[in-house]
Amino acid sequence: MNVMTAAVSIAAPVARPFIAFEQASVTFGRGEKAVQALQPTDLTIAEGDFVALVGPSGCGKSTILKMVSELLKPSSGYVFIGGREIGANPIRIGMAYQNPTLLPWLNIRDNVMLPLKIVPPFRGEFSAKRKGEFRDRVEALLAQVGLAGFGDKYPWQLSGGMMQRANLCRALIHDPELLLLDEPFGALDQFTREELWAIMQDLWLSKKLTVLLVTHDLREAAYLANRICVMSARPGRILDDSPVNMPRPRTIEMTFQPDFVALNQRLRAMIVGARGGTGIVNHPPGQG
Amino acid sequence: MQRILDIARDKAASTALIIGVFVFWEIFCLAANISDILLPRPTQIIGALVKFWPAIWPHTYQTLYTTLVGFGFGVAIGVAIGVLIGSSRLAYDTAYPLLVGFSSIPKVAVVPIFVLWYGAGTVPAILTAMIICIFPIVVNVATGIATVEPELEDVMKTLKASKLDILWNVSLPRAMPYFFASLKVAIALAFVGSVVAETVASNRGIGNMMMIASSSFNVPLVFAGLFVLAGLGVSLYAIFSLIEYRITGWAHRKTDLAAS
Repeated sequence: MNVMTAAVSIAAPVARPFIAFEQASVTFGRGEKAVQALQPTDLTIAEGDFVALVGPSGCGKSTILKMVSELLKPSSGYVFIGGREIGANPIRIGMAYQNPTLLPWLNIRDNVMLPLKIVPPFRGEFSAKRKGEFRDRVEALLAQVGLAGFGDKYPWQLSGGMMQRANLCRALIHDPELLLLDEPFGALDQFTREELWAIMQDLWLSKKLTVLLVTHDLREAAYLANRICVMSARPGRILDDSPVNMPRPRTIEMTFQPDFVALNQRLRAMIVGARGGTGIVNHPPGQG
Repeated sequence: MQRILDIARDKAASTALIIGVFVFWEIFCLAANISDILLPRPTQIIGALVKFWPAIWPHTYQTLYTTLVGFGFGVAIGVAIGVLIGSSRLAYDTAYPLLVGFSSIPKVAVVPIFVLWYGAGTVPAILTAMIICIFPIVVNVATGIATVEPELEDVMKTLKASKLDILWNVSLPRAMPYFFASLKVAIALAFVGSVVAETVASNRGIGNMMMIASSSFNVPLVFAGLFVLAGLGVSLYAIFSLIEYRITGWAHRKTDLAAS
């Protein structure tokens, strides 16, 4: 696949990184009840990159995602997307959560089409093209994730894995420049998950988009991502930023090879350390 | 085929129960020799219904009219308040205590006030029917809108969807099953409201007819009024159930929609 090299090399000519956190921190609440969710963090993601965030529960991974998607502003510091501070940027973002949240009253085709109804410039053409061009576009994307012919089905007629594929399609239909994935495969069984990894990799290789993946699954992170950032327990910070030097397209078999396993074990040890570093264990008794 | 048999059995059972109740009623009155001043037999009631139908019909029309108009206003206002309260935390916190207070007033108690304002007749009946059915609609619509999954809302916000986009594409369709559930409650309540108002202050309507009939000890006619009200209530309930099934079939999974 030649597309792959293109996707990787596209990072070079961009002056400012596609996404840049500069000492961005997040604190929820005020005064005594204030909880710092994210310590001042620097993080850069190049255009076309695939970055995974891993770490213990509640470490601020989702907080980072929320800032990138502009649902949350940093309490201090800056977040730049596409070279501009958040709030002022017109880039298109797609998002998929663990919970597929497909609308039960729409069939799969209309569910996937929903972003086209909302995001400009598709929005203005929606009523004119929904039965023609947009429909073909949805069918093509559905076919790409193995859901060809399922457009007329309703969400409850699909298995969990199929719903998650449709969810991915909904996140991608409006050609986002940035795809945010928050544990999208977390609720699936092992084999379905591996199937979806392969689909996700193919989508990334063919669409040249930037992906930020939050996950608990280290194999998933190492299989999919170019870079893995390990975060500490709350208040979160980035402990480690490792590249994954495996050729693309990757296969499930590769995840059992020694260097892959070694990477996994190193990451795992780091997360175990991060969990132990805080948590209940280390609190002095009688405090609070 | 099995399903058709199941449905037939369900319907047969409920029909049998209804007929059984009336047969029991008839036999019980005959066996215990109960005077028709106390409790007329179903056959006497149906007899009165047929005999007085020309006189009953205008009252039926009046009650149906006030109920439906009041219900219509109630739905419109209820949906508007429900959407407002469901989509804004501030509006919810601000208005909810007032709404709860308002809804806990027995609606019968406000009929004299409406009569004071508008005089006896049609308007108090419409207003009573209206206010009595607003609250369940508000609560249900607000609940349907407020319980949109936060992830879904995030997905929509990430797409830069406006509040109106979210309301139109997600919240309102999602609130439909709640809305229809409340309509079925509200239509029954609307009848309560209009009949109470007619009973207190009107010279038309089933409620008024029953008052007059009871003061002249025409008890079969009083019961005939009840039968008319039950008939109207059941018919409207059935109509809304049908519309509900058509519009919110997606909420009743594994039914015909899934099979088709």
